[in-house]
Amino acid sequence: MSYLDNKTAIPGTILFDGQQSRKGYGLNKMCFSFNQESARTAFIDNERRYCEKFNLSEGQIIAIEERDILSLLEQGGSIYYLAKFAGLLGKNMQDIGALQTGLTLAEFKQKLLKAGE
Amino acid sequence: MAKIIGAIGSSHIPAVGMAIAKQLQQEPYWKSFFDGHQPLWNWLNTNKPDVAIVFYNDHGLEFFLDKKPTFSIGAAEQYISYDEGWGLATIAPIQGDPDLSWHICNSLVEDEFDISICQELGVDHGLTVPMQLMFPGDPNYAGIKVIPVVINCELHPMPSLKRCYNLGQAIARAVESYDKDLKVVVLGTGGLSHQLDGQAAGRINKKFDLMLLDYLVKDPEYLFKYSIRDMIEAAGAQAVEFNMWMGMRGALPGKVEQLHLNYSVPISNTGAGTMLLSNT
Repeated sequence: MSYLDNKTAIPGTILFDGQQSRKGYGLNKMCFSFNQESARTAFIDNERRYCEKFNLSEGQIIAIEERDILSLLEQGGSIYYLAKFAGLLGKNMQDIGALQTGLTLAEFKQKLLKAGE
Repeated sequence: MAKIIGAIGSSHIPAVGMAIAKQLQQEPYWKSFFDGHQPLWNWLNTNKPDVAIVFYNDHGLEFFLDKKPTFSIGAAEQYISYDEGWGLATIAPIQGDPDLSWHICNSLVEDEFDISICQELGVDHGLTVPMQLMFPGDPNYAGIKVIPVVINCELHPMPSLKRCYNLGQAIARAVESYDKDLKVVVLGTGGLSHQLDGQAAGRINKKFDLMLLDYLVKDPEYLFKYSIRDMIEAAGAQAVEFNMWMGMRGALPGKVEQLHLNYSVPISNTGAGTMLLSNT
């Protein structure tokens, strides 16, 4: 019996398990490549062509084009690899936090401060 | 004989590495966090450990999803930090102790911990930020040799708190059966509460963090009751990094005394703990 057998959703959270990892394999593999500067340059040069090289689905390519982190997570993205995509866009994890929660950056930072009180 | 002389709990938040690069240590946001390391620096300077065993998790630098070991041990001459893709400066190479690494690996497998053995291991902020925090501005890290212990914290299923604690205990048994006179410090890096992904991004739970730190010192086995899912529900998807602290605590034999604790929240998106433990 695994803790993963509990299928009750955790609010606002997608567990990155085998199912997600299979769905997002190409997407995450592309983001993993962004550890290399040459890969980042190739992506910027032609995003769609670079995505197709890693066999991303059309839905994943659209989410990449729209910088839609929540959609990428739903489609199998792992935050550890998406962080490299975010970095390529010049965004840090607080920017990404704000994007995902629909808050401004200032509001997101305020939320963190409040949680720490 | 080799002896474990103490343990350190440390954050490995990338923003800390960024702050070090920009020399922001005395800015109001960062001051209490960085100043909270002074007792660790004093202790390291006084006790001069020869080896640091560092429990950390890789964040998609060395390991990809093609092969994802649950537990891995570095057995390299040195460990290199690489570009992680988002602008964190790399640090000077870190020296390993392959003789001790292999001794630990041999002992662990005999002890039924079937780890992956890594003769090359690129290291990311999970290991480099703690090195920068322990040895600020020192590209030789006071001559310490490092043995990385990498725990999967990225792909479910992840090992339980109990399993990580038991791994730490097995590592301690290995160290204490090593015939060279070495002083060894154990580091647990990462955590505490945080969630980077999803609509619940920004989840922090100060009360839970403080409870974890309290029981980690006085009764770590009490914490076995928390499943990985419990950790996520209480303190965020990446709170599972607390497993590194469980490994560290398991590796500390004997009677344990807390010499220092600092808790800063939030640092970036995270509850950040700094802990120093000694054992007798």
